[in-house]
Parts: sequence; C-alpha cells; structure tokens
Amino acid sequence: MPESTSAVVMDADRIARTLTRIAHEIVERNKGVEDLALVGVRTRGVHIARRLARTLREITQHDIPTGALDITLYRDDLMRHTVGPQPVVRRTEIPFSIDDRKILLVDDVLYTGRTTRAALDALIDFGRPKAIQLIVLVDRGHRELPIKADYVGKNLPTSPEESVQVRLQETDGQDEVVLQQEAAV
Amino acid sequence: MSTPVHNVDRPPAVTSLRSKDLLGIADLLPEEITLVLDTADAMKEIGLRPIKKVPALRGKTVVNLFFEPSTRTRTSFEIAEKRLSADTLNIAIATSSVVKGETLADTAMNLEAMNPDIIVLRHSSSGACHLLSRICRSGIINAGDGMHEHPTQALLDAYTIRERKKQLRGLKVAIIGDLLHSRVLRSNIHLLTKMGADVWVCGPPTLMPADTRRFGVTPTNSVEQAVASADVIMLLRIQLERMEGAYFPSLREYFDVFGMTEARLTLAKPDVMIMHPGPMNRGVEIASEVADGPYSVILDQVANGVAVRMAVLYLLAGGAEHEEAA
Repeated sequence: MPESTSAVVMDADRIARTLTRIAHEIVERNKGVEDLALVGVRTRGVHIARRLARTLREITQHDIPTGALDITLYRDDLMRHTVGPQPVVRRTEIPFSIDDRKILLVDDVLYTGRTTRAALDALIDFGRPKAIQLIVLVDRGHRELPIKADYVGKNLPTSPEESVQVRLQETDGQDEVVLQQEAAV
Repeated sequence: MSTPVHNVDRPPAVTSLRSKDLLGIADLLPEEITLVLDTADAMKEIGLRPIKKVPALRGKTVVNLFFEPSTRTRTSFEIAEKRLSADTLNIAIATSSVVKGETLADTAMNLEAMNPDIIVLRHSSSGACHLLSRICRSGIINAGDGMHEHPTQALLDAYTIRERKKQLRGLKVAIIGDLLHSRVLRSNIHLLTKMGADVWVCGPPTLMPADTRRFGVTPTNSVEQAVASADVIMLLRIQLERMEGAYFPSLREYFDVFGMTEARLTLAKPDVMIMHPGPMNRGVEIASEVADGPYSVILDQVANGVAVRMAVLYLLAGGAEHEEAA
C-alpha cells in the first residue's frame, strides 16, 4: 500500500468567498449579465455553475440560464484505451439557445486543457455563441493545449504526480479542495 | 425535454458490458441492462439538438448485414450509427453474394477481412449471431435472429416503460399475440423478469410455447385475465409468414377473441401503456382506435430505438480489444 499525504488547500469558507468574488468579476467584466448563460461541465462544474447562478441572482436580481454539459463523447482518448471500461455517458442539458449569448463555461479543475477542448467542441455543436469564457475553481498548470481560463478561483502550483480533488457538498457531503501527494509505487 | 429518470450523480453499478457482442438479453446481468438504459438516456438528448451528431465513434466501421427484410430496425441502427459518427455500410440480401450461394460463415469471414469494428446482423436462422461471434473479432449485435432473440427491441421497450413508469420492478406486463414465433417475446421475457416485472403471456393455445412457466412468467388463454390491472400491454404481431398450417380459424376470429379493443382496455390500470414492436396488423392483434389512442406509446418506441441502439453501439465499440471470455 503506497503512502499518500494530503493537504487541504481550500476550505468551505474560502470556496464560498472565491465564488462570490468570481461572480462580481463576471458582472464587472461583462458590464451586466443580460446575454450571459452558465454551462457547467459534469459533474462538479455543474454544481459550481449553479452556485454562481444563485450568487449572480443575489447581486443582480437576474436569473442566468444554467446548463449541464457531458463531454464524454467528445473526449480525445475515448477510443484509445485498448482495455478497460468506457467512461459513463451522462445527459447533457442545455435548455436554452446558446446562439448570440456569452457562455460562461464552468469546470472544477483546469489541468491539461483537454477537457476544455472537448467542452468547446461540444458547445459549438449547440450553436454559435457570441463568446465563450472559461471559469475554473482551481488552475493547477501543466497545460498540453493552448487554453487559458478567464476567471480562476485559485492558482495552485502542482507536480504531475500530485492530484487535486475538489469536493462539494452536493456530491461529496462537504466543501474542500485537497492536494494529494501520491507516493511512488 | 423529459427529465432523466436516474440520478446523474449516482455512480453506476457497472461501467461496461462484459462481452464484445450483444447476442441476446439472456446473457446480460441486470446491472448491464441498467447501464444500457442509463446510457440511452444521455443519447436521447443528442437527437433533440440542432446538430444531431457526436464524434464518439469517429473512424469506426459498422456493417449492417440484413438477411431478412427490415425497415424500422435497419433504419434505426443506421441513424444511431451516423449520430455517433461511425462509417456505415449496408448489405442487403438481394445485392450480396448470398444469392450466388455463399454461406453465412463465408460472407462473415470476407467482411471480417475488411476489418469492421461492429457487425449488426439480422438473419432468419436462430443462432446465426452466435455462429458469427465465434468466427469474427468484430463485435456482433443481434438485430433479430430467427425465433430466438431481438435484444435491442427488448431494451427499447424497457427504456420506453421506464421513461413513463420510472422503474420496471413490480409492474404487471401483459404480452399478447403470436408467442410461438416471436423473438421479441423471448428477449422481453428475459429482460422483464430479470428486472423484476410481473410478466403475463397470452395467446391461443396453438401459439403458446410449451412450459412457459419455466421462464418465470404466467401463461393464460384469457385475454381478460392478462389485461386485468395491467400497467403495460404489449401486443405481438401475428406472423403469417412464419406460419405453416392453421393455428386459428381466421384473422377475424383472432381479433374477436384476442384483439386489443377499447372495451378490453378498460380492464387495465387507468394509466396503462399500449406497446407494439411493429409492424402492426390493424384489426388483427390491435384495433386502430387503440393503436392511435391516448394510451399508445408505439411511436415513442420507435423514437427511443435510436437512443438505445446508440447506447449499445457506444458501449460495444469502446475498449476495442476485449478479453475473450471462453
């Protein structure tokens, strides 16, 4: 059993304050929220998007349309594993037109950028948005594609051997971001 | 947009199918059936988009090999394949070398040499798909083999029931019609009993297979008994083309005794669903008023067929090199 150590890098309060700050940045940068919509990447990006929508409503008294995107069928490694299970496909729910809206794409962790690439391809199949902006709770570096977030909750320098776990009340019973150091096997 | 019937955050019990082939429902675990239905739920949304296509099976080749006439099933598979971006090839009996005397095994080996990823097979001989699965490395999907199984039909029926009733467990499902010749019946019996439904089968004694109780279903010759308090009524086509001899006096008499009429429908639950795998013989197994009536989900079945076949194709085309389970 390899030993692993873990450290909490964001607690519940920190996550809440960070999302409030991002919500204000969204309003400032877009000079309002009129043509905005939030789309979260399954699974945790969806919960972060819903929380941002709640905060934005408190700030602006506007309801922001919010959707959920499953990127499994757009993954670049989908048919590349020789053995092992396929990723489970979940339902995409974008119950509004994305044409001519500014889409705020929400994910929990930005790492290689491959998930974001898949999400961009998936979104484009739904129409032609005016713009897409990327929101992430944690940017851990190590990009393999030319992708950059517009709103970052926390920049977290990591090594590829480490893993970043975002835990949310909705899925995991509590809010925290944990940096795990995997011991060499 | 209908709401998904499963919780998207709930981890599934299994995340892949054990076999490279879908030969029948008999081989599937209940968890595998649930995985197909959950995956179909995600696939259904793709058909509602302005661009009804995802890149999941890009570069995969699917051969549709149909030795029996079929419009619905072949079209449904072809749309499913195209929505997943697979390259598809249709081989129909009349244009193939089979008319020149080639055997099924030879046809399959020649196709196999061109290295397709999946072969969708319909054949009039029960067991044709099993033969092919032993010869071919490609995944085989049974699109109906003789009087044996038609697994994707049973899966789309289950999906359609689950969409309305939320679950299959505990439902009374009455299956009425030509039980003897029906591969749809066999696949549905396997599926519904595995998922905990209370299955009744009903038809004239001449069209009732022997020993149906062995499969965990309740047989009856009384359509009133079958329909009483049913949640789902599934009608099967009277397959005149498979009947050599007299199984009942006339189609008219069959309708009088077993046909689904509005009067018989009143015996069922108020929210009963009427299903038929098609093609329908109106005025034989089903009255037109019932087929087109408010309880009928026959066209939902057709629509859901595409989503279910997309799910099966996706689950089988992944993880290309399956370990062969002997």
